[in-house]
Order: sequence, then structure tokens, then C-alpha cells
Amino acid sequence: MTADINTMLPEIVLALYAMVALIAIVYTGKDAMARLSLWMTSIVFVGMAAWIATSGEGTSVAFGGMFVDDAFSRFAKVTILLSAAAVLLMSEEYMTRRDLLRFEYPLLVALAAVGMMVMVSAGDLMALYMGLELQSLALYVVASLRRDNVKSTEAGLKYFVLGALSSGLLLYGASLTYGYAGATLFTGIVDAAGDGPMSLGLIFGLVFLSVGLAFKVSAAPFHMWTPDVYEGAPTPVTAFFATAPKVAAMGLFARVMHDAFGTSVADWQQIVAFLAVLSMFLGAIAAIGQTDIKRLMAYSSIAHMGFALMGLAAGTALGVQAMLIYMAIYVTMNIGTFAFILSMNKEGQPVTNISSLNSLASREPVQALAMLVLMFSLAGVPPMLGFFGKYGVLVAAVDAGLSWLAIAGVIASVIGAFYYLRIVYFMYFGEAQDDISVKATPVLKLFLVGSAAAMLLGVINLFGIEAPAALAAASLVN
Amino acid sequence: MDNLLSIVTFLPLLGALILALFLRGDDEAAQRNAKWVALWATAATFVFSIFILTGFDASNTGFQFVEEHTWLMGLTYKMGVDGISVLFVMLTTFLMPLVIASCWGVTHRVKEYMIAFLLLETLMLGVFCALDMVLFYLFFEAGLIPMFLIIGIWGGANRIYASFKFFLYTFLGSVLMLVAMVTMYIEAGTTDIPTLLSFEFDSAVLDLFGFHILGGLQTLLFLAFFASFAVKMPMWPVHTWLPDAHVQAPTAGSVVLAAILLKMGGYGFLRFSLPMFPVGSEILSPLVLWMSAIAIVYTSLVALVQEDMKKLIAYSSVAHMGFVTMGIFAANQQGVDGAIFQMISHGFISGALFLCVGVIYDRMHTRDIDAYGGLVNRMPAYALVFMFFTMANVGLPGTSGFVGEFLTIIGVFQVNTWVAMVAATGVILSAGYALWLYRRVVMGDLIKESLKTITDMTRLERAIFAPLVVMTLLLGIYPSLVTDIIGPSVSALVQNYDVAVSAFDAAAQTAEIAAH
Repeated sequence: MTADINTMLPEIVLALYAMVALIAIVYTGKDAMARLSLWMTSIVFVGMAAWIATSGEGTSVAFGGMFVDDAFSRFAKVTILLSAAAVLLMSEEYMTRRDLLRFEYPLLVALAAVGMMVMVSAGDLMALYMGLELQSLALYVVASLRRDNVKSTEAGLKYFVLGALSSGLLLYGASLTYGYAGATLFTGIVDAAGDGPMSLGLIFGLVFLSVGLAFKVSAAPFHMWTPDVYEGAPTPVTAFFATAPKVAAMGLFARVMHDAFGTSVADWQQIVAFLAVLSMFLGAIAAIGQTDIKRLMAYSSIAHMGFALMGLAAGTALGVQAMLIYMAIYVTMNIGTFAFILSMNKEGQPVTNISSLNSLASREPVQALAMLVLMFSLAGVPPMLGFFGKYGVLVAAVDAGLSWLAIAGVIASVIGAFYYLRIVYFMYFGEAQDDISVKATPVLKLFLVGSAAAMLLGVINLFGIEAPAALAAASLVN
Repeated sequence: MDNLLSIVTFLPLLGALILALFLRGDDEAAQRNAKWVALWATAATFVFSIFILTGFDASNTGFQFVEEHTWLMGLTYKMGVDGISVLFVMLTTFLMPLVIASCWGVTHRVKEYMIAFLLLETLMLGVFCALDMVLFYLFFEAGLIPMFLIIGIWGGANRIYASFKFFLYTFLGSVLMLVAMVTMYIEAGTTDIPTLLSFEFDSAVLDLFGFHILGGLQTLLFLAFFASFAVKMPMWPVHTWLPDAHVQAPTAGSVVLAAILLKMGGYGFLRFSLPMFPVGSEILSPLVLWMSAIAIVYTSLVALVQEDMKKLIAYSSVAHMGFVTMGIFAANQQGVDGAIFQMISHGFISGALFLCVGVIYDRMHTRDIDAYGGLVNRMPAYALVFMFFTMANVGLPGTSGFVGEFLTIIGVFQVNTWVAMVAATGVILSAGYALWLYRRVVMGDLIKESLKTITDMTRLERAIFAPLVVMTLLLGIYPSLVTDIIGPSVSALVQNYDVAVSAFDAAAQTAEIAAH
């Protein structure tokens, strides 16, 4: 029992922190303590990330295998916690200015983070569902944080309805899997699936599980909620949606596929490859017509999930490693991009129209340059890190014999390059007409410039994330 | 100095960083400082690159000045030059100070302009020095970013269309090459170019969706690389981005584009396509040769009817690049020698021609041929320089233009006489459009009112043209300067190619496919 609790200690500590803080703040200052709560939560996140990164070796399981602590989950958790901390810090100014900074916000994010940590550590269908729902419920509330705003409430409701539908599909898949495998533990499912062809019932279970997971990573054709939710939710919340939950969902996807169905790669490879190719093209093509930068980022994230899924589709340790590196790079780019979006405003009002960026480069050269770097990185142009993310998944895909997927991916990336270039075009080639100001607070500026610098400097050694990612992949795929 | 190549490659980047971090303000003094820093950086790069040339041993056909460090994702940071690449490095370092000097009159966002060119120089040098496939790709692709910005920010009226077309066109070509590189990495287990040069890629018949592919994997890889380099060269029919880009780009951008960036395609053919996929090259070379011949004639005809000077020279560039691809895929000593020579010489000549257009564009702000006429009356020095480079472009014996065309035609004559014949008509056509352009712009009476006050070249402009004139003449009179350096490497390349091709039995494979 103690060993079990020790394995799960980070999750328990974080959950306790969220609950204790909630009660303490309710009884003391309420919203007056919101700032403190935000900073505290961020510090806790960073501290937890450092703790997880430095502690723990090898693989240990708790509660009879329901909870797995291995290099893979640790890698995902560190990424999740750090990106959540970054997004929280970025949101302070925006939330305060619009009177949105409620003390619950950081704590809901903390609870969502607990859910995400459970997700990537799940070793059992029950644990999977528990983590997923804990995360989702917290996110539903956060999406509609701006109660008096129609779009924000709409976003929250849409997210809730579609999220519930996807959870339903996932549960249906889980029950089918349980029915035909006779186990909810991933290890039990693997044993039941065996080395030969899977039973039809299990395949159905697998398909429904994949559909539910595809909803969560917003892979096409289950992406419809993404643009609306991204657009409607307050921008800091959008930034959060685009980062940590994506990592968690991809982590969960990889865990289910490799831990529960690791012996039948051929069965799910087609599904994942199909999701990947559809997401890449849909994300690339649908983004072209967007005029709102938040919607554009929604489609961009769909396309990027397609690339991450390409790594997963390889079905090898190399693929998982490439996927993890891709997600880490993707999250870093998105934090920078959203730091920029958060600072876009006109006379204090937030602006999200792309054309309002006209000739920004002459007024805000540093921010425009940072954004330029991020856009080229998102487009996957070397020498920015975004290219190495794509290179990694391409290698994994070709190595697994999925050359067609690799070719489709690079063609989609050329289509996608167009709209990233369009942002650069507005910033650098446009004629001055509209006076939006991009008044970044020091924190936002730090994240924007820091993330752009990371995209350039990472070319030296990827900040050493390659080795942990390889270790993580090896612990998942065996 | 065992990291000489890295020093040369990254010196311009250092200049760019100094500009970006330490130069403030946009007043006249700051602009002048930016230009001086850029000029010093490029000049210093040229000086350092001279050490490469003096230390280069032409008789050694392997890679020299090699440096190697482990990098990320199983890649290596490996640099080195051989007889094929060393002259491209020299061409780049030689031209860049002149390019910087040619933008002395720019006043719009000068600091950024200089940074873009310095960045571009680093990336171009990296392309020619990289000995790791992915490192090559990195430099090759990253060059798009500064060029996209140069066209988009400092370009002409229709610059946005041109910059997007330039970027997306070349990006599409290159990503297929990336997939091919990844495939090569999986096949050979390395991205190291020297190792890959001696690796034999599978050439057995490959069955793809029911199609039987002659030459198998080699043909497919060749096609993927071809997509990239053919766009970059550019070859007919994927050349259409070039006239747009040239017309819209500022003068200095056009010079870099024509003189150096286009050579990356030719260099890529020589570094990857020909030596790594000899069988694929051999199978598809008739196609490439005919595409080149068509390019030479077709684009020369198109050039004849242009009304924009830059567009005319752009089409003439495409035609001249046709000689290059023709020479490369003749795959014999004269052909490849000629192709490299043509690229080097075209670097000087086309660069100079775009500068010639720039000289009068700066004064009149139009590139319409009709807006000029009789310039010789007021600009005798200019008329002389323009005449010289027009003749060099036509390929007058005694100028470097002649040697390249002559060698490539000799080379291809041994392989395919018909192609050689068609290409030779291109020489006549080039005389047609170039001389006609010259006549319309420079000769005749000066009747246009607006031209009555035009002034001749300034001292700075003369200083920029002088080295180009010298190099064009020198290489025309004494071509061994180039062929002695490239000769041994080219002959090794051609020998390996012949060995690989003779080992491949095309007839047997054709029979095998027919039997299916």
C-alpha cells in the first residue's frame, strides 16, 4: 500500500494542493487571492515538474497495474506541467484586465493537470477513464469561464456536449474491449489479444477507443469542436487547450495503443495513419480561409496533431520517440504564439483579426521577429526546431514502411506553409493602416521571445530532450 | 585552421548578429554603419575563403578541410569541400561584397536588408560545404526565408505574389527531396554524404501500385531529388517562378538569385543525383537532355518578346541553366566540366547584367525597354560595360560565357547529337535577344525627354563592375583556372558513374518488365 501511494505521490500531492488551496481561499480572500493562487499554482507546477524529472527510475506500477510510473509518463508529465505553468503565468495580465481572474481558474487547471497526469500513467481502462474525465470536467468549466459572454458559454457547452459524446464512444469501446478481453488491465488486454489476429469484438473495441481518443486530440474527422472552442474560449484558456491537454491526449493515445494493443500494431496502424493523413490535410486546407488567428491556430493544431499521429502510426519505439519530441516542440511553439496573441489588442480590447497585424514589424520589430521565427517553425522550415520535429516523424514513418504517409505529410506541410506565411506577410509586407498595439507585458514578452529563441538555439542539441524521449519510448514499446 | 569552413560559413552570420544586437536607430548614420558592417563582414569572409582556395589540393579528389561533430537525431555536423564545391564557395564569397556594395543607395529598412543578405550568405555557403544530407537540406531550405523576405519587403509592386510563388514553389520541390533523403537514411543507415557517395542504392525492378519501375529505388529517388533541383535550377517547365521573382526582387536580390541561388540546383545534381543514383540518372537522362534543349530554345524565344529588361534576363538565365543541366546529364568529362564552368561564369555574367539593369533602374525607376534608347550618348562607360556583358551572355569567344556553352555542347554531342544541335540554335537565339535588347536600350538617338539628364555610372558603380569584368575576361582567356581545379574531381565522378552504369543491364530489366 505504501509503495502504491509512493508511486502515485505526485498526483496525490497535486490533488491535495488543489483541494486545500480551494478551501483555504474560499474561507479567506476569494478573488482577492486570485493572483496569489495563480502564482502559487504555477510554482507548484514547476516544482512538481522538477521533482518528477529528477526522481523516479525505471518502471513501477501501483494498484495492481492500474497506475504505471515509467519514463514515458514522466516525460509526458514534465511537458504537461511546464506548459500548464507557462500558460497560467501568461494569462495573468489578460485575465486581470478583463476581470476574469477568479481564484478557481488556476485551481481548475491544477485539477485538470492531475487528470492529465493520471491519463498518461493509466495502466487500466478504469484509470484511463477516470483521468480523462477529471481533466475534461475541469476543462469544460474553464472554457466557459467568461459566463456573461455568449461565445464563451457556447464554447463551453459545445465542448461539453461533444466531449460527452466522445467519452460515450470511448466508454463503449472500453466496455467492448472488456467484454471480449475479459480484463480492464492493459496487460490483460494484451494477453487476450495475443499474437494472432484479434477477435472481431476486440477490433470493435479498439476502433471505438480510437475514435474517443481522436476526439480528445482533435484529429480529423473528429475535430469539429476545435475551431469553435478555440475561438470562443478566453484566449488564455485557448492557449491552455492548445498545449497541455494535447500532450496528455497524445500520451494516452500512445499508451493505449502500445500497452493495450501492442501486439497488434497492424490492426491500429491503419486507423492512426488514416487519422494522421486526414488531419494534416484538413488542418492545412481549412486554415487557409481563416481570418481569426485563434481559429487559424485551431486548424494549425489539427494539422500538427496529424504529424504527431504520423509518429504514432509507425508503431515503433522510434515513432513514439519522434512523437514525444514533436509534442514537446509543438507545445513550446504554441506557448510563444499564444503569448503573442494574448498581447494583441486595440485600445485595451483584444483583437484576433489577422489583418490587424498589418505592418506590425515597423512598430514592434522584436515581437514581429519572434513571431516570424515561430511561424516558420510551425511551417516546418529549417533551421527552426519545427523542422526537426517533422523530420523525426518522417524518419519513423518511412522506417515503418509508411512512405506514402510521409509523402502525404510533406505535401500537406507545403499547403500549410501558406497560411503561416500569410501572417508573416501581414506583419512585414503590409501597408500601415490599422493601429493595433501589441503591448506585451514583460512576462508575455519573455515567453514569446524565449520560445522563438528556443526554436533557433535548439538546433544545436534539441536541449537534450532526445535522450529522455528515447528512454521514454523504450519504456513504452517493448 | 581545421575549422576554416565553419569560420567562412558563419562569419556572415556573426556580422548579422552584430547588426541585430548592437545597431540601434534608423537615421542616416545608423544606415551607413549597417552597410559598412555588412561590407566588412562579407569582405572578411572573402579573405578567409582565399585560404580555402590556396590550401586546396586539386589533385585530391576526396573531401578536404573536413570537420565533423556529432549533432542531434543521429545526424552529424560535417563540412568539407571537393573540386566540385570549392569554386561555388569562392563564387559566393567573391560576389557578396559586390552585392552589398550595390545596395549602397537603399534607404528602406537598411539594417534588416543587410541582415537578410548576411544570413543568406551563411546559408548559401552552408549548402556548398555541408557533407551531411540533412545539414545540406537545412541550409538549402533555410535560404528560402531571407529570400522570401527580400522579395516581399524590398521588392516591386507585385512583390507579394512573387514572394509567395517563390516560396511555395521551391518548398514543394524540396519536401519531396526530404522524403527521399529520409528513405536514403533508412536504406543506407547514414546521412553522411561521402559514405552515401559510395553506397549503391538498389536498382532492381520495383513494383509500385502495379507499375514496374525500371531502375527501381534509384529511379524514384532520382525523381524526388529532381523535383527539388529542377525547380531550383529552374528547368523548363517548372521555371515560371523565376521571372516573377526576378522582376519583383530588388536589384541585389536578383543578383544573388541569379548568380548563386540558381547554382544550388546544379550543384545538387552533381552532389546527389549523378553520383548517388547513376542508374536512375542514366535511365532518365534522355528526358532531362530534351527538357534542357527545349528550355534553351523555348525560353530564348520567350526572352525575345519581353518588354521588361529584368524579365528578359531572367528568361535568358533559364536558357543558360539549360546548358548546365544538359552538360551535367551528358555525364562525361567535357559535359560536367562545362556545366560547372557555365555555372561559375553565369554567376559573374548574370549578376553583372542584373546590376546593369539596376544602374538605370535607380536613375529612371522603370525597367521597360521602351522607356530607354540612345543611352550611349550620355552614358558611354555604361554602354561599354553593358556591351561587354551582353557579349559575354551571348557567348562571345574570349569571354567566359563561350567556354561553358562550348564545353557543354561538345559533351552532349557525344551522347545525343540531336540535343546538341537543338541547343546550338539557342546560342543564335541568345545573340538575337541580347543584341536586340542592347540596341533598343543603348543605341540610337537619345530622343526621350526624360533621359536627357541621365548621368553616367558613378565611381562606386564602376568599382563594382570592375572585378566582374576582370573575372569574365580572365576565365574566358584562361579557362584552365577553373578546369584544373574541378577536373580531377569531375573525372572521378564520371568514372564512378560509368562503372555503375555499365554494371546495370537495362535491356535485361526491360525484358523482365515486359515479361510481367
